[in-house]
Amino acid sequence: MSYRLGVDVGGTFTDLLLVDEKTGRLYTAKVPSTPEDSSIGVFNGIERVCDNAGIDPAEISSVMHGTTVATNTILTGTGAKVGLITTKGYRQVLQIARSFVPGGLGGWVIYNKSNPLAPLGLTIEADERISASGNILRKIKKGKLEKDIKDLSKKGIEALTVSLINSFANDANEREIKKIIRKKKLLPGVPVSLSSDIVPEMQEYERTITTVANSYVRPKVSEYVKNLQRGLKRKMKDVKLHILRSDGGLASAKASESNPVNLLMSGPAGGVSGAIWIAQQAGYDNLLTFDMGGTSTDVSLVKNGKAAQSRETSVGDVTVRASSVDVRTVGAGGGSIAHVPELTGALRVGPQSAGAEPGPAAYDKGGAEPTVTDANVVLGYMPPDVRLGGDMTLRKDLAQDAVKTVGDSLGLSVETAAAGIYDIVNENMYGALRLVSVEQGYDPRDFALIGFGGAGPLHANALGKLTNSWPVIIPPGPGVLCAYGDVTTAIQDEASMSFIRRFSDTSKKEVVQIFTDLTKKASKTLDAEGVAKKNRTTTYQVDIRYHGQGLLLTVDFDLSELRKKGLNAIGATFDEMHEQLFTFALPAEKELVNLRSVVRDKALSVKAPSVPRGNDKPSRAFISKTKVFMEGKNRFASLYERSKLKQGNVIKGPSIVLEMDSTTVVLPGHSGRVDKFGNILITPDA
Amino acid sequence: MPTTIIQTNNKPFKRVKLDPITLDVIENSMFSARWEMDAVLFRTAMSPGIREQGDEFPMIANLEGKMVVGQFGSFIYGFKEAYDGTMEEGDMFLTTDPYACNGAVSHVNDWLLLRPIFKDGRLISYAAMFGHMTDVGGKVPGSLPTDASQIFEEGIRVPPTKIYKNDVLQEDLLELILHNCRLPHWNRSDFNAIVAAIRMAEKRVLEMAERFGDDIYYSALEELLDRNKTAMCKLIMNTVPTEKQYFEDYICDDGLGMGPYKIKCAMWREGKKVIFDFEGTDPQSISSVNFFLNEEMFKMFCGVYMIMVFDPAIMFNDGFYDLMDVRIPRGTLLKPVHPAALSCRTHALGRIFDVLGGLLGQGAPDFLCAAGFSDSPHLMYSGYDKKGEWYQLYMIGFGGVPAKPMGDGPDGHSLWPSFTNVPNEFLESYFPLIIEEYYTVPDSGGAGYHRGGNALCTTYKFLEPGEVSIHDDRWLTYPWGVNGGHPGARSTKTLVKANGDTELLQSKCDRIKVEDGDILYHVTWGGGGWGDPFTREAERVAFDVDAGLVTKEGAKENYGVVISKDGSVNKSATTQLRKRMAKSRGKTKLFDKGFTSIKELKERCKEETGLEPPSTPKFQKWMLEA
Repeated sequence: MSYRLGVDVGGTFTDLLLVDEKTGRLYTAKVPSTPEDSSIGVFNGIERVCDNAGIDPAEISSVMHGTTVATNTILTGTGAKVGLITTKGYRQVLQIARSFVPGGLGGWVIYNKSNPLAPLGLTIEADERISASGNILRKIKKGKLEKDIKDLSKKGIEALTVSLINSFANDANEREIKKIIRKKKLLPGVPVSLSSDIVPEMQEYERTITTVANSYVRPKVSEYVKNLQRGLKRKMKDVKLHILRSDGGLASAKASESNPVNLLMSGPAGGVSGAIWIAQQAGYDNLLTFDMGGTSTDVSLVKNGKAAQSRETSVGDVTVRASSVDVRTVGAGGGSIAHVPELTGALRVGPQSAGAEPGPAAYDKGGAEPTVTDANVVLGYMPPDVRLGGDMTLRKDLAQDAVKTVGDSLGLSVETAAAGIYDIVNENMYGALRLVSVEQGYDPRDFALIGFGGAGPLHANALGKLTNSWPVIIPPGPGVLCAYGDVTTAIQDEASMSFIRRFSDTSKKEVVQIFTDLTKKASKTLDAEGVAKKNRTTTYQVDIRYHGQGLLLTVDFDLSELRKKGLNAIGATFDEMHEQLFTFALPAEKELVNLRSVVRDKALSVKAPSVPRGNDKPSRAFISKTKVFMEGKNRFASLYERSKLKQGNVIKGPSIVLEMDSTTVVLPGHSGRVDKFGNILITPDA
Repeated sequence: MPTTIIQTNNKPFKRVKLDPITLDVIENSMFSARWEMDAVLFRTAMSPGIREQGDEFPMIANLEGKMVVGQFGSFIYGFKEAYDGTMEEGDMFLTTDPYACNGAVSHVNDWLLLRPIFKDGRLISYAAMFGHMTDVGGKVPGSLPTDASQIFEEGIRVPPTKIYKNDVLQEDLLELILHNCRLPHWNRSDFNAIVAAIRMAEKRVLEMAERFGDDIYYSALEELLDRNKTAMCKLIMNTVPTEKQYFEDYICDDGLGMGPYKIKCAMWREGKKVIFDFEGTDPQSISSVNFFLNEEMFKMFCGVYMIMVFDPAIMFNDGFYDLMDVRIPRGTLLKPVHPAALSCRTHALGRIFDVLGGLLGQGAPDFLCAAGFSDSPHLMYSGYDKKGEWYQLYMIGFGGVPAKPMGDGPDGHSLWPSFTNVPNEFLESYFPLIIEEYYTVPDSGGAGYHRGGNALCTTYKFLEPGEVSIHDDRWLTYPWGVNGGHPGARSTKTLVKANGDTELLQSKCDRIKVEDGDILYHVTWGGGGWGDPFTREAERVAFDVDAGLVTKEGAKENYGVVISKDGSVNKSATTQLRKRMAKSRGKTKLFDKGFTSIKELKERCKEETGLEPPSTPKFQKWMLEA
């Protein structure tokens, strides 16, 4: 017997999902998270889920896990002491960055720049030079460099990054430096990363910051992964641990330790993967995903069952070159604070958040400022008197007091002010959804909207009205969704390089050869994991533009198509994309910039459990009527218990559906139909 | 004659009462639309100035042409005043001539496209955008000749022209214009990109009006303008005194060896209105450093600055325009008379911000920022490469950001909104040059409790014979410090020929011949410092020394901080030194401009800069009499 296990560590709960690989049977468990050391919660959960399934943990063959360790290391500034070697003349590459000051005209007045991830005091220069075309203009002057490296060693650096100018075109000098360090034992025990290994692409700042960020988060991630693996091995001998990458693929534990920069979006990627999986079961391939938590909301776009990808990943004010699911984050969550600035008298929500401490006023943990959660409580969407599990109690009176402060400044009743907060936060999230849809040339009406995360189902119906994306899908169990994502993804790796050539300066033959080499390189990870060749699929991508443009569009194509029709086959696809996105194509020559091979294992096919059949009347799940303020009016809404809903039940709005870790709002004029898998599919009434 | 607007539906919009939430929702949607305009343009434009650096300005305005979202304020009012013709559905206007649109754009490189948005036969909004084209013809590559004396030397001028009529592109016209540019395929792409961005804005406006209703959309825009007016009114009442405040600053020279040119402004409040009067500003230059300053644009600069300094939460738009009265005398540097040359207006444009900062801040020193918004230095390099292909680089450089009440100014960063540098690896891949060094110059940022940002040094090694043009300033006067902060360092440009000869270049120059192997040291200015440097925590100074941003000597001379051999602060020596230095200095100055008079400044010019001091500007007689 062999099982695989998905583990998602959330702020409050750790969700686990166990799959019998033969029969596809599923077992779930939910245990409290243990923030001080999240592996404790994980092991508690493993015990629980194995109990539920009646199996020995040793029967689990692989564990798949999304983690926020890398992200948090950057956000909390607790990474390694990183040393950096640059080309002579470029010591300040991270200090100058892209010279960008945010905030528009006059933004500099309130902008304080944070210090580089690799401090200038730990940055040294190597006297060497490579040209943009890859020629070695100056060989490394060794003597001085060796002395400077020894000094870095004395300063106690924990990791070293080498990022030389034009190393994307020729990595010889970077390799040479690594060789010198090894041979002369200049930095015993200190890991050395080369920019040409981590991201061999043009643009010195981006390449350097990406490599430095990698070194910066590496010790923390490595420690976490090692601990987890050690613990797992104690219970399950031959278990393989995999970590979810930002791009939605799985990486081996070893690859995660050496390239943790690819894990910065690991958490959100799990949610997106889970959303794709459950929506596909329900029959939807084109999705807007909307994951609303306590402090922020992540949105993404899924087309034909594939999440849109971005070549950049941003965490705090650090943006690195690493592929990730194109998740946009807005500072709008349940804890976002509403306020009315004195001068403008406008209602604003966020980006400040009450966080977990003190939290929304309704949580009675000392918070007094009105939050989105408080607005939901005031509106009656989170009824305080009916709780289904969880230890949290809600205080409606405190929520009202808090929201009243905003109402008073606006001259509005408490309910109207709460409705205002609800609408404004929806509008903020709508803005994020536009970024991934209309701004990329997609019409949101062609997509279904899937809402999850603790607060997502409260707002999903309202957002659906804004985007006109129907149905709005509310999957069962928002927490376990990420664990589903972890389990249903596959091992994946990619290899890329900058290859900047106009079409006329290269040939089909040359490009095909590079792709063959890249595929070989990317396959190494899968080889090491013993993934069967027949189960692998390879995606070929080029980043391409009109010669002279700054933009890059990523075009996926078929290698056999390239062999048959040549580069113009790629060119034609690019023209079409350009036209779709920007309304015009140009008669200009095209230019290749980056080439990439992505190799992927076959995903495990897991079927969602189905819920019992019923008729269209959800009477067995009915709890009571409750007072709500919806769309400008006091109304009575029906309260339902989600776990008792049956396939085929239709929930007429206004209604509220309760489950342990989320609450779903169905607005007047809308109905939610429960599908085979327990998803609620909300659509407007005809 | 102003513009005649032709509508097939003349029913006026009705101002309706809005609930505050709808208003906020529309405000958010307007912001989204404005950011979408940027996104479309950045991704498809080809001029590096636009796409890599962000030299472009989007706007959505109400039906009177008042900017509701955008950043440089509305130019539509000026445009409509100047354009004698009709405006109807399906029109899109192109203009590049500052004199033909009341300074809506300020030099001919900026291509402005304007689209009246009609819904059901009624004008409901405008969308507009302008971007800086790398080249628009004229006497030098890049179309920014320092030594131009008339606008006719600065490239093709386009008066307000319907480039789309009834939504049909006037192709012949466009071809004619493109034919006059050195890199027509870039201009074509940039033009298309701006059109696409404007069409996107139009789509969003129509969607919004459809979603909320035309009257609600109309009323929301009015309301947003009013909201800003109310907020700005409070701000003005709180921060602008009724007695006259003066401030003056200078552009160092005009590229013809004359200078400096004075920009002077007085500010005072009468009731709820604030008045800005540029009386006392020098007459227009016979060279190209004139800046045709649109009064409405100045109001926007002013409003933005006040908002950023005093209350960044205020949304800025044109709502407060009635609260400001801007007086710029005709025939001055800021209101030159046709056909005066305008191409090098960037220096005066930048200096306006320094003047504004000094003017607004002197009454509220806690909010006062130092100087350094001094310029946007340009570098141009062009010629034929080995394959006989024409190359042409136009690049905007950066300097030290001024120190401000909130903290240090970043080193080598941009003061212009959304601008970024061009990656050096990109430059080396596409142009025949190598960038040997790219660093910020230690000690060049003005010392202070908050340190001014350091100047940027870029060392270019040219690989092909070609021509170089440079536009910079602040080589003679300094970016001043405030509240005891020191001035930032001056800019320098040095050319070292392949044979070792060294030549100090003027801050503004054209057609400098360079050969394979010549090296240009392009050093910009530092930002001014803020507050008494002797009060800066010694550890912060030591941190900067360790980082190489301040030298050990600089720490001692400017901050009175003694750094030991191991890099730590020698505390007792520091305390003593600071005490001694503070005593000999005496009281700190509100402004430290680094000189006492222009005469004194010129006397030490040659010794300090290696360059001859500029001669006193010669003005045409009529200007002096005017």
